[in-house]
Amino acid sequence: MRDDTRRLILLLLPAGIFFAAFFLLPMVQLFFIGGSGNTGWAAYAAILTNANYFSSLVATLGVAAATTVATLLISGISGVFLQRHKFPGNAALVAMLTFPLAFPGVVIGFMIIMLAGRQGLIGQISEAITGDKVVFAYSMAGLFLGYVYFSVPRTILTVMAAAEKLDPKLEEAARSLGASPWRVVLDVIIPGLKPAFISAGAICFATAVGAFGTAFTLATRINVLPMVIYTEFTLSANIAMAAALSFVLGAVTWIVLAVARTAAGSTVAAAG
Amino acid sequence: MTETTKPLAIALENCAKTFADGTKALEPLDMTINAGETIVFLGPSGCGKTTTLRIIAGLETPDTGGKVLFDGIDVTHLPIEQRNVGMVFQSYALFPNMTVAENIGYGLKIRRTPEAQIRARVAEMLAMMRIEKLADRRIDQLSGGQRQRVALARAIAVRPRALLLDEPLTALDAKLRDTLRLEIDSLLRSLQITAIYVTHDQAEAMALGDRIVVMDHGRVAQVGKPRDIYQRPATRFVAEFIGTMNRLSGVVRDGVFACRAGELAWDTAHGNATEVLFRPEDIRIAESQEASGLQGTVAAAFFLGDRTRLFVDVGEAQPLVIESTARRDFSHGETVRLAIDPRGLLVL
Amino acid sequence: MKNRWLFFLQLGFTLLVCAFLIVPVILSILAGLTVNYLVGLESGLTLRWVMEVWNGYRSTIFLSIGISLACLALTLVIGIPAAYVLAKRQTALTRAIEELLVMPVAVPGLATALALIVSYGGLPGFRTSWLFILVGHVLFTLPFMVRSVLAVLSAIDLQTLEEGAASLGATFWQRFFHVVLPNCRTGILAGSLMVVTLSMGEFNMTWLLHTPLTKTLPVGLADAYASLRLEIGSAYTLVFFLMIMPLLLALQAFAKPRTPKFVAEETE
Repeated sequence: MRDDTRRLILLLLPAGIFFAAFFLLPMVQLFFIGGSGNTGWAAYAAILTNANYFSSLVATLGVAAATTVATLLISGISGVFLQRHKFPGNAALVAMLTFPLAFPGVVIGFMIIMLAGRQGLIGQISEAITGDKVVFAYSMAGLFLGYVYFSVPRTILTVMAAAEKLDPKLEEAARSLGASPWRVVLDVIIPGLKPAFISAGAICFATAVGAFGTAFTLATRINVLPMVIYTEFTLSANIAMAAALSFVLGAVTWIVLAVARTAAGSTVAAAG
Repeated sequence: MTETTKPLAIALENCAKTFADGTKALEPLDMTINAGETIVFLGPSGCGKTTTLRIIAGLETPDTGGKVLFDGIDVTHLPIEQRNVGMVFQSYALFPNMTVAENIGYGLKIRRTPEAQIRARVAEMLAMMRIEKLADRRIDQLSGGQRQRVALARAIAVRPRALLLDEPLTALDAKLRDTLRLEIDSLLRSLQITAIYVTHDQAEAMALGDRIVVMDHGRVAQVGKPRDIYQRPATRFVAEFIGTMNRLSGVVRDGVFACRAGELAWDTAHGNATEVLFRPEDIRIAESQEASGLQGTVAAAFFLGDRTRLFVDVGEAQPLVIESTARRDFSHGETVRLAIDPRGLLVL
Repeated sequence: MKNRWLFFLQLGFTLLVCAFLIVPVILSILAGLTVNYLVGLESGLTLRWVMEVWNGYRSTIFLSIGISLACLALTLVIGIPAAYVLAKRQTALTRAIEELLVMPVAVPGLATALALIVSYGGLPGFRTSWLFILVGHVLFTLPFMVRSVLAVLSAIDLQTLEEGAASLGATFWQRFFHVVLPNCRTGILAGSLMVVTLSMGEFNMTWLLHTPLTKTLPVGLADAYASLRLEIGSAYTLVFFLMIMPLLLALQAFAKPRTPKFVAEETE
């Protein structure tokens, strides 16, 4: 038991070697390649100095922020509701809400097309009612909807798990002290769920910033950073700029998650 | 009983333990544990008793210079898996992935004992601990007392050279603790195995130990038979950690010990003293015609059935505790005269 | 009465969210089985689109299954030992290692894929092989295996269990295989489900890592969405649903909390 350190190092070694060879080293390489283009190290500043890149950065952060707020609102309401009220069909609702968990971005893009695309449900209904076909899948609105679709199932799970741990006695105590239902929500439920909201919100935000599949399926001309990087890499063959931009993108999402983790004190991991 | 392994004598030489963070868990300790005896390490938490046990087990290495000898052979650097000691943990450490029988047979499986022999030995252990019907249960289907029996059976099954028990009864409720204490006692007597038992419970230590090692702040405060430890504590710490101790402060003059409550006949062999200590059973309420130089007032009286526990205010910081068997009620504020058995007086 | 009103308001809202998530799934399943989606169900049901997908894209299905299983094998072999070490030694160093291991999940797949391409894209045999995709998938899924196993190991009293085994004579490796592994099997199972599901659906990295000869299912899906008629895209999606449905259901079952048992003392 006492001299196990060497064996423990041995056990950590396979993961360590794999990780160093295929992540750390490539990331360092990516960093240097980012500074090797025509503009040199200025490429790293291009995201702020180049008007096009900057506008996509703003668009990306905007849609990510909107996604986060909408997802937390939806999951907060439905998650707490489903945790608090056990009624026949509750389990079925939970199953349905979490079913799209781990759907890949491309599939989610397609779901949005089914909903709001050229042959989508919303278009058909609106055409039947007003004679006007409403189609918004291939725009920022579609992308926003897709990211919400992606984030709701996992966020609801997090919220429900946190709501289960809330002590109902706290609410009873607040009400015995004369607090109205709204005050209870404000003073007891939301503070109790705050860590879950922070960590789930951070995941939402980070995935929305870095996701690629949904945007790719909806339209290649949606002006968000991952699409810009993809275009720089494949169409313009500007590898240095693509490297610099993706390095910055990676740093941004990593920092968001790291800050949230220290704030929430729990495990935060995105998925895509 | 088929325990034929010769009991083990254990010696600790200059064993100290400093942890990585710099805390000194154990001051240099020399100790001999005789073959076949049950020795109890007793003390409050953080006194170094568990560290001592873990050094004997091989779960910790003593600081440089320390040695652990098994029958005279240096085993200081032998890991626990090669020491052949049985260990019982406070949290039992039963394997949740195995049944009761598999847990008990695990040590034998490791020793590559033939399957048939394992089965026979496991059956023997189950019978000895009277848990035959639990053989195929999973660990999470056992109560605390049952788990403790399985843990004991598992440790004994391999016929260890010594049995190490780390607070084995602490996680159980009081009633069960009494029952199991009795069982462990008769088990250790019948096995005649060297046993090292760590506890913070003095009643357990008194009941089980051939000898008790009282520890405090990483040092041995006293080693001795339970009766010696109780009646002749070597230090104030031992006196107060074990049992209840009454205390009177005063001065010796003219052959008496004078205190606020009165005077006490004084044996000059005790020399001079400003404080005397004695146990509750060495003080009683004086008979009406009996001469007595001490008196106090009843601060509280708890009728316990077989006796009454009295707290008598004698002007000291702490009231005296008196166990009275008198068949009468005591009222609050009543003045009582007190008699102390001079044989019970301690001067430390 | 105000509470009833509030209850139905929340229920209605939740049903709406459910519809948002489930209706497109149903629409897409229907579209994959309808002769002509624009005309509607009256055009009749058919398996024609599914067969077209099977004929044109079945290699992507097999490649995805193969990669996800290989990915599972690798994450098991390197992830479980890593989780064990992280559970056993909780120091600043191991916490930093854990933090590092999670980075491929935090960093967008696009960046990881680009980094792999600029570093190893020059090795022709490797770049065109499915192993290139596998490497990306292992990077991305490894944290899920490690986290899942680590969570279970942190919840049990690993140190005492191991000390118990050691006191009975078990060596380091015997302890690892007899006590550690069996006691984290729920974590291993949950981690495995997560790894296979994620690998099966991974697109962000794979889109850049794949070559025309190494197309995975999501890559094929993206192809089909972009260039083929809606019915075929739907049929393809249907195939994908059928493949991951059992995994998702199993994952949901795992997400449910378990209540610990309490056993009362038996009187004797």
